[in-house]
Amino acid sequence: MGQRDTRMKKLFLAAVAAGLAAFAPLSAVAQDAAPAAPVAAEAAPAAAAAADPAAPAAEASAYTPMAPTKGKGMPTSYQDDPAKSLTFQDQYSANGEYALWMHDMILLPVITAISLLVLGLLLYVVIRFNRKANPVASKTTHNTAIEVIWTIVPVIILVIIAVPSITLLARQYETPPADAVTIKATGYQWYWGYEYPDHGGIEVISNMLDEAAALKAGEPHQLAVDKRMVVPAGVPLRIQTTASDVIHAFAVPSLWFKMDAVPGRLNEKLLTIKEPGVYYGQCSELCGARHGYMPIVVEALPPAEFAAWVKSQGGAMPGEAAEAAPAAEAAPAAAPAA
Amino acid sequence: MATTAEGFDIHHDHGHDAHDHADHKPGFFARWFMSTNHKDIGTMYLIFAIIAGIVGGAISGIMRVELAEPGIQYLQWWAQFMGGANDVNTALHMWNVFITAHGLIMVFFMVMPAMIGGFGNWFVPLMIGAPDMAFPRMNNVSFWLTVAGFFSLLFSLFVPGGTGPGAGTGWTVYAPLSTTGSVGPAVDFAIFSLHLAGAGSILGATNFITTIFNMRAPGMTLHKMPLFVWSVLVTAFLLLLALPVLAAAITMLLTDRNFGTTFFTPAGGGDPVLYQHLFWFFGHPEVYIMILPGFGMISQIVATFSRKPVFGYLGMAYAMVAIGVVGFIVWAHHMYTVGLDVNTKMYFTAATMVIAVPTGVKIFSWIATMWGGSLEFKSPMVWSLGFIFLFTVGGVTGVVLANGGIDDNLHDTYYVVAHFHYVLSMGAVFSMFAGFYYWFPKMSGRMHSELLSHLHFWTFFIGVNVIFFPQHFLGMQGMPRRYPDYAEAYTYWHQISTLGYYIMAGSMLFFFVNILYALAAGKKAAANPWGEGATTLEWTLPSPPPYHQFETLPVITDAHDYHDHRPVTA
Repeated sequence: MGQRDTRMKKLFLAAVAAGLAAFAPLSAVAQDAAPAAPVAAEAAPAAAAAADPAAPAAEASAYTPMAPTKGKGMPTSYQDDPAKSLTFQDQYSANGEYALWMHDMILLPVITAISLLVLGLLLYVVIRFNRKANPVASKTTHNTAIEVIWTIVPVIILVIIAVPSITLLARQYETPPADAVTIKATGYQWYWGYEYPDHGGIEVISNMLDEAAALKAGEPHQLAVDKRMVVPAGVPLRIQTTASDVIHAFAVPSLWFKMDAVPGRLNEKLLTIKEPGVYYGQCSELCGARHGYMPIVVEALPPAEFAAWVKSQGGAMPGEAAEAAPAAEAAPAAAPAA
Repeated sequence: MATTAEGFDIHHDHGHDAHDHADHKPGFFARWFMSTNHKDIGTMYLIFAIIAGIVGGAISGIMRVELAEPGIQYLQWWAQFMGGANDVNTALHMWNVFITAHGLIMVFFMVMPAMIGGFGNWFVPLMIGAPDMAFPRMNNVSFWLTVAGFFSLLFSLFVPGGTGPGAGTGWTVYAPLSTTGSVGPAVDFAIFSLHLAGAGSILGATNFITTIFNMRAPGMTLHKMPLFVWSVLVTAFLLLLALPVLAAAITMLLTDRNFGTTFFTPAGGGDPVLYQHLFWFFGHPEVYIMILPGFGMISQIVATFSRKPVFGYLGMAYAMVAIGVVGFIVWAHHMYTVGLDVNTKMYFTAATMVIAVPTGVKIFSWIATMWGGSLEFKSPMVWSLGFIFLFTVGGVTGVVLANGGIDDNLHDTYYVVAHFHYVLSMGAVFSMFAGFYYWFPKMSGRMHSELLSHLHFWTFFIGVNVIFFPQHFLGMQGMPRRYPDYAEAYTYWHQISTLGYYIMAGSMLFFFVNILYALAAGKKAAANPWGEGATTLEWTLPSPPPYHQFETLPVITDAHDYHDHRPVTA
C-alpha cells in the first residue's frame, strides 16, 4: 500500500498521542483529504478497471446491498431453530470462535456441573436428613479437611478458567497491523456514522429502516439500516469508536465485538471478519429515547467488491488514489499545518 | 433500672401492672413520627420497603407487558398518562423512565430498607442483647431521610426530564446522558433522591457499627456474635466506605448540570468514564450490601431448622469479610467495554473470579450445616433452600461474565439482566422472604399460615424462574438491555418471560393474604415458635418483644458458644 496510507496513519497516531480532543484532529485529516479524493475518484474508474481486470467496471458504479442469509449474523427465533435460539449466534471472527469455544467447552460445562452439584447436594440433604429420616441432629461444626478442599478446588477451577480467559483477552487486544483498514464509527442520537479515513474520507450515515422498508428489503426489522457499514472480509480492520453527544456502544453479537462509543475518547480494536456476509448489531449503551432504534449493519464483502463499493461512494482505495491522482499526495502533507 | 427515654413518657397509662413499664408505648404521633425505638423503626422500614416493592414491582409489570410483543404497545398511553406529549420520543422516553425508576426503587427503597433498615434494626439489638440502637434519634433521621428520598424520586416522574417527564438515565445515571443529555429538573430530583437515601444509609451504617462494637451483651465477643449480626456489620462498613463516593459522583453530576463544571464533559477537560469509575466504586460494593444481610439471615435460618450450629462459623464470618474487601477492588468489571486497556481488563477479570471462592465457602458451609442435621421444612427453610440453589445459579453466570473477553459479547445484554436478577430478585428477595417468615411471628406475635407461605414459595419460585431463565437465552442471542422493542426473533422467549411475570405477580397474593390473615386471625406466637434449633437471644423474649427489652442485660458466659445464647439452665 502507498506511502500516503502510512503517513496518514502516523499523522493520526501522533495526533491521538498528543492528547488533543481525540476526534478533532482525525476529522481534520479526513476533511483535508476529502476534497482531493472525489476528484481522484472521478478520474479513477477507467484506469482502475484497466489495471484490475478482476473488478468489472459495472461493479464500480453499481453497488447492490448484499441480501442477508437467514440465521447468519442475526438472532434466530425459537420457531426457526429451538436449539439455536438458546445460545450464542454463530461466530464469524477468529476471536469470536475462540470465545464461543471457551464458553461452550469450558464455562458452560463447569457452571452446569456446579449448579447440578449444589442441586444434588440439596436434594440429598432434604431426603437423607429430614426430621423423619434423621430425628437427632449431629453436632458436627468443623472439618478442616473439607473446608480446605472446598476452598482449594474452586481456586483450581478458576485458574483453569483463567488460562483461556487471559489468552482471549490478549488476542482481542492485538494491535491492528499498519495496513489495517480503518473505520471510525461515531454514535449520534440516534444513528451511526461511519468514516473511512484511508479511503478518501468517505462518510456513511446509517439510519434504521422502518418496518415496512425492512421487510420489503427482505431484512429483519429493528435491525436493518438504510446504509450499511461496508467492510472487506478476511482483512484486518481497525475499528474505532467515538460519540458526538452521549455514550453509545458499537456491538455486533455474531462478531463477538462490543466497544463503547464515548464522547471525547477514541476507542480502537482489531476485527477480522472471516467471510463475506451481513452482520447485524444494536447500540448497547443507554443513549436516550431512541436507544433501541439505532441498529448497526456490517456488510463484509470480498476485497475487490469492497474496492468497488469504495469507488461507488466517491472514495478511493489508498494505493490507487496515490497512483491515479498524484495530487492527492499534497493533502496529507498539508495537514500538519491545519 | 428503667432505661426508657423519659421524653417519650407522653401517655401515662396507669391501667397496667408494673411489668408493663418496659412495654410502655408513647402516643401514636410520638411513637410513629418521632420514633426512637429500633423495633418501631424496623417495622416502619419494612412497611416502607413493602410499599416501595409494590411500586417497583408494578413498574416491572408495565415493562414485561410492553415486552410481550415486538413493537410499542402501551408506552404512548403511559406517556400521556404521565402528562407527556403525544409523540414517539416521549413514549420511548417513558420506557427509560420505567427502567430507571424500577432499578432505583428496588435497590434503594426496597432491598436496602428491608434488609438493613428493617431486619437489621429489628434484630441486631435483639441478637446482641442490647436495649436499642446506639443512636436512637439518628435512627429516626435515617428512616425519614429514606422516605424523603423516595418522594423526591416520585416527584421526578412528574417534571420534565429531556424528551419527556421523568428521569430516563438508567439507575446508573451515566454522564453525559444524565448531564447534557437530559434537560429539565427530573434528573436533579432523581439525583437528590439518591443523596437523601444515601445520607440516611450512611447515618444508619454508623449507627450499626457503633451499636455492634459497643452494645453487645457482656461476654458476647465478636466471635460469638450471630452471623446475621456479622453480616450487618460488614454491610455497614461497605455502606460507610462506598456511599460517600456515590455522593461525590452525583454531586459532580449536579454541578455539571447546573453550575457549569465539566467533571464529566470532555469539552472542558472532563471524562465521562471517570463518572463510571466513581459510580461502580460504589456500585459494586452496593450489590454486596444488598446480598450480605441475606447471607446472614440464611445462616440463622438454616442452623435453626437443621437443629445444628452453623458449619464453619469462623469461615462463614470471614468469608463475608473477604467478600466485602474484594468487593471494593473489582468495580471495573461493570465497564469492560468502555475501552479499558488490556492489563486493566486482565486484572479485573482475575480479581472478579476470586470472589467466587468465599462465595463458594458460604454455599458449601450451608449445605454442610444441613448435613447430618434434622431438617424441618417450615416456610423460612424452604425459602432458604430456594435461595441457596438460585443464588448458585446467579453466581455461576457471574463467573461467566467475570471473563472480560466473554463479556465483550454479553455486556449490556439480557444475560446480564438474568444474572443480576438471579442474585438479587431471587437471591436477595428469597432471603428477605425467608427472613420475613422466620421473624414475622417474633415481630407481630402472630403465626402466619404455613400453607400460604409454602404456596407463595412454590408459585414465586416457578414464576421468577420462568421470567429470568429465558433471559439468558435472549442475552446470548444478542438482545440488548433497556430496549422497549426488539427484533422478531426474540419474541418467543420474551413471551415466556412475561408469562412468568404473571405467575410471580399472582403468587404475591399469597403473601399479602397471609399477612392479613396472620394479623387478623393468626394464632398467638410463642416466644420461640421454631423449637430447639432457634437459639439466639431474640427467641428468649416474648413475641412480640416488650417495647424496651433487656433492661437487665443477658450475660454470655464461657459456657456459651457462637450458636446457643439461651440462658444456661442449671
